[in-house]
Amino acid sequence: MLVKQVSIFVENTTGRLADVTRIIANNGIDLKASTIADAADFGILRCIVEDAESAKKILNENGFNASISEVIAVSLENKAGGFHKVLQILADEKVGVKYIYSTIKSAEGEAVIMLKAADNAKAIEVLKANGVKLVTIDDVK
Amino acid sequence: MIWNKEMECADRETMRALQLEKLQKTVKHGYDNVPHYREAFDAAGVKPEDIKSLEDIVKLPFITKENLAANYPTGLFAVPKEEIRRIHASSGTTGKPKIVGYTKSDLDMWGECVARGMTMAGADKNSVVQIAYGYGLFTGGLGAHIGAETIGAMVIPMSSGNTQKQLMFMQDMKSTVLCCTPSYALTIAEQVEKAGLVPGKDIHLKAGIFGAEPWTQAMRDSIEAKLGLKAHDIYGLSEIMGPGVSMSCEHNCGMHVQEDYFYMEIVDPDTLQPVADGEKGELVITTLGKEGMPLIRYRTRDICYLMRDKCECGRTTVRMSRVFGRTDDMLIIRGVNVFPSQVETVIAKFDELTVNYKLYVGRENNTDTFELAVELAEGIEIEDIAFVENLRKRIDHALRDMLGIGCKITLLNAGALPRSEGKAVRVEDTRKL
Repeated sequence: MLVKQVSIFVENTTGRLADVTRIIANNGIDLKASTIADAADFGILRCIVEDAESAKKILNENGFNASISEVIAVSLENKAGGFHKVLQILADEKVGVKYIYSTIKSAEGEAVIMLKAADNAKAIEVLKANGVKLVTIDDVK
Repeated sequence: MIWNKEMECADRETMRALQLEKLQKTVKHGYDNVPHYREAFDAAGVKPEDIKSLEDIVKLPFITKENLAANYPTGLFAVPKEEIRRIHASSGTTGKPKIVGYTKSDLDMWGECVARGMTMAGADKNSVVQIAYGYGLFTGGLGAHIGAETIGAMVIPMSSGNTQKQLMFMQDMKSTVLCCTPSYALTIAEQVEKAGLVPGKDIHLKAGIFGAEPWTQAMRDSIEAKLGLKAHDIYGLSEIMGPGVSMSCEHNCGMHVQEDYFYMEIVDPDTLQPVADGEKGELVITTLGKEGMPLIRYRTRDICYLMRDKCECGRTTVRMSRVFGRTDDMLIIRGVNVFPSQVETVIAKFDELTVNYKLYVGRENNTDTFELAVELAEGIEIEDIAFVENLRKRIDHALRDMLGIGCKITLLNAGALPRSEGKAVRVEDTRKL
């Protein structure tokens, strides 16, 4: 279902990303999933953590722009075409996808993707209606 | 050749008498027609009749760029609007430019001044003058243009940029004089070299008239060698007129001031007291005979010194040294005047940014580089790249609108810019000039 994601603005200078991970590590925050969207001179680190609100607060205090948004955690059927099925449903229903990142596993060992739709509410509705399994942060290892 | 021997080679007594007569007229013209001068002179307790000698000029208050900003747009115009034939503009310290108005007589005077300079560079009616200064509100293009027309030369009004086309016209029209900024001259010179064009065979330049930004001896040497021409310095500023206030002759020993049109003083920028000839200080200019917007004791903020020893060329006019720097924070980037305060004005309009910023100015391949680092305000939601790129685009547009030139924009987290103790260091200029 909807999972809170922290997006962190990171300058593209050597060691800057390590500054972020150091802050996260030093505060005992478990990073469950992450991805980087990169432009020429900066990047946006998106990550899933246990307590997004406190992670954001800690990062802000340490001089990083961090903001919270919501993504959908979708559990994929563990077989060929599992990923495609989800995207086909969204395509059929004309729900745009902004970005996806993947390869974390649910407690049951299924692949879980983080999906940001142009309209998250509608995406949840159509995915559920088509029998796709949505998970919560607690289901993510 | 000397364009106007009577004025350029006048004996000192004749020149000073003429300057006094024109100064008295200018002061009266300003006092009678411009509220700013009337109020400032009254406040200083000085009347036009008190100016009985050139030395009396020190009784008059200075006028500054802040006064120009306060009188935006036409508060300092001294003639009715229908007498103004043209305006030019340059950057002001705030978001508003400094606007200057010229009457028919002012434009004639400008043509005369630049004609004298063109003649110092050996140009005459047989010359082909390629003008690669920007045309428009900037005084460079049209200033050089009016001078070249006054001497009866053939003018190629190229404006700046499009270097390959510059080279084509230079060859096909056999240009003999090139007018542009020194950095653009160097760009042209490098392209000439790259294209394998040989001075004297493929290109026929004899003289270059370069100004509007500081440059070095190394740049001069390189330009002269690659283009096979003799380089001349030209000085001017749009508030006063534009290029042609002074220019160097073939002896390259400072720039001859057109003294019948400009009265020059050098003052200590702190005490505002006059300094001796040969000593560096801030240049203060009074226009003599300018009708549209007379400036009386204008603090140019340019640092230079004056020389009155005799020049071998025969001209008797005072000469000014090159400009060593500024007494304010104005930057000249690719020939364009930029004030950090303008950048500040733009940044303040963006809620997405903090008020902190830093400008980095450098020089790569003889072209000025200009970079702005700004900080993202705390609390703004940044989820994707598009948001940041869109913000960057909007800042870039706003800066271009304000400054007339673009710059590279770097976005940083709030607090990422170095904080200084005391006065913030907003500019890092690594150009060695």
